[in-house]
Amino acid sequence: MSDQEIDKGRRQFLITLSSIMGTVGLGFAAVPFLSAWAPSAKTQAAGAPVEVDVSKIPVGGMTVVQWRGKPVWIIHRDSDMLKTLTEQNDKLRDPECKVDQQPEYVEIPDRSIKPEFMVLIGICTHLGCSPTFRPKAGSVDPSWLGGFYCPCHGSKFDFSGRVFRGVPAPINLAVPPYRYLSDNIIQIGVNSKKS
Amino acid sequence: MSQVKGKLVQWVDARFPLFDFWRNHMSGYYAPKNFNIWYFFGSLALLVLVNQLLSGIWLAMSYIPSAEHAFDSVEYIMRDVNFGWLIRYLHSTGASAFFIVIYLHMLRSLLYGSHKRPRELVWIFGMLLYVLLMAEAFMGYLLPWGQMSYWAAQVITSLFGAIPYVGDALATWIRGDYTISGVTLGRFYAIHVVLIPILIIGFVLFHLTALHKVGSNNPDGTEIKKHRDENGHPKDGVPFHPYYTVKDLMGAAVFLILFLAIVFFMPEFGGYFLEHANFQPANPLVTPEHIAPVWYMTPYYAILRAVPDKLLGVLSMFFAIFVWFLLPWLDRSKVRSIRYRGIFTKIALTLFVISFVSLGYLGLISPTPMGTFMARVFAIIYFAYFLLMPIYTKYEKTKPVPERVT
Repeated sequence: MSDQEIDKGRRQFLITLSSIMGTVGLGFAAVPFLSAWAPSAKTQAAGAPVEVDVSKIPVGGMTVVQWRGKPVWIIHRDSDMLKTLTEQNDKLRDPECKVDQQPEYVEIPDRSIKPEFMVLIGICTHLGCSPTFRPKAGSVDPSWLGGFYCPCHGSKFDFSGRVFRGVPAPINLAVPPYRYLSDNIIQIGVNSKKS
Repeated sequence: MSQVKGKLVQWVDARFPLFDFWRNHMSGYYAPKNFNIWYFFGSLALLVLVNQLLSGIWLAMSYIPSAEHAFDSVEYIMRDVNFGWLIRYLHSTGASAFFIVIYLHMLRSLLYGSHKRPRELVWIFGMLLYVLLMAEAFMGYLLPWGQMSYWAAQVITSLFGAIPYVGDALATWIRGDYTISGVTLGRFYAIHVVLIPILIIGFVLFHLTALHKVGSNNPDGTEIKKHRDENGHPKDGVPFHPYYTVKDLMGAAVFLILFLAIVFFMPEFGGYFLEHANFQPANPLVTPEHIAPVWYMTPYYAILRAVPDKLLGVLSMFFAIFVWFLLPWLDRSKVRSIRYRGIFTKIALTLFVISFVSLGYLGLISPTPMGTFMARVFAIIYFAYFLLMPIYTKYEKTKPVPERVT
């Protein structure tokens, strides 16, 4: 060995090759560690669909159920509430609901399958707080017609969860996938077949 | 060291450089003789770190990191463990004390130009420690599993959701669930008690190694190594031990009087060190009326809220932290210390300190139109302090720096 010249090209080739192989190996070794952070089978199972009997919600009232650990609101809207949905389009950021925050089988502007039952994920699109239900006109500001108000950073939403202009929340509240199993039973977490 | 070394000392020295280490970093490390009150905060940060490690290890003996038991186990520590209340309050008050000490330590650098060449790496390691400390404090705050723990974590992890396309998947990956849950608690616990403490200890060693390589700055911003006596020691320096060990012990004593007064008599500090909402167990279905991080994060939180766009707000907040790292290269002044700088630096630093404190206040209170407006003004001053620094430090008239310390 000692009387041979050092083959620098060969040495460089071996260094490069082993560096690349070592990096690839590290990449594969990182997979189990990174995957361990994704939701586990148990967590995914806990995110299974939830059924709700909507006939028990009083008119003008709401109920909260938990789906995937998130609060899901079901609001039983009366005719006055539904009327407000068309009265303040100029104050809303996205009245036509162009941003993809609802399944495609809901109607605009009521954002629901049956207009009297509004289903929403009760998490503010700004930073994930849970807004409060403020149905009374004038309860948030003098021109307030009723809707949802986020106490964290002051975001405002109408009875369809559509966001107002000039508040920190960028987009409308999300409508989760849901379907009617019968006239009064809603299943949250499963998409409705398009009618 | 004594001239005649004992047999044991000789035996050790031949095998492990213990006494070399002592000489290099303590008895033979020459620090400028004109250190003032601002130079207490480095050693105090070390003291608080030891307090956090010690009290943290003891808390981990009784704490249970699960969504079902976390809140109750903290109450168990508070009520049933002997002196559990003291150990927990040392830890929770220590977190706030850590930031008070670190903010004053950072202000010292701004005053005397301690970030300037050749101490850039001392500064970078220090800033990495600051970021690690914020991560450590944030994750530690989830562990009591109170309402504010839960919702603050919800808000901060949602920040990652602002990233286009991959944001939501990334936030879910960080949480390990579709929302903050016991899964998140488990991983935050592991990171809080193992990963970040190891990193912090490592970077403290780097911070000190870099400092002892280049030597300490001083309130005059002179290089004491330029003037040496016949033994090669800096004329304006004194050995760290015993001169500064004794001085720092004095600082530690005064600090402990103030610190323990808070631990014993007002550990919640009126809701600023331990927020009131955190005395209720976490409830994923109810948001507290007002969510604010603990005071040491609020300047950045105010910047986040001041920007009307979500993604730009998040970017502004992260940039507000990142811009600190650039300080050694933004500062183009010929002199280090505020004593010899011109009027522009003095005005800029004053405005910056006012803005930082005001942003901290505005980030604590509920958003109002006036508050948001003020936060925007202060956020602009905050960024202007850094981004205009290359201009005002370069062109201002400075005073001549003395050769020796004053």
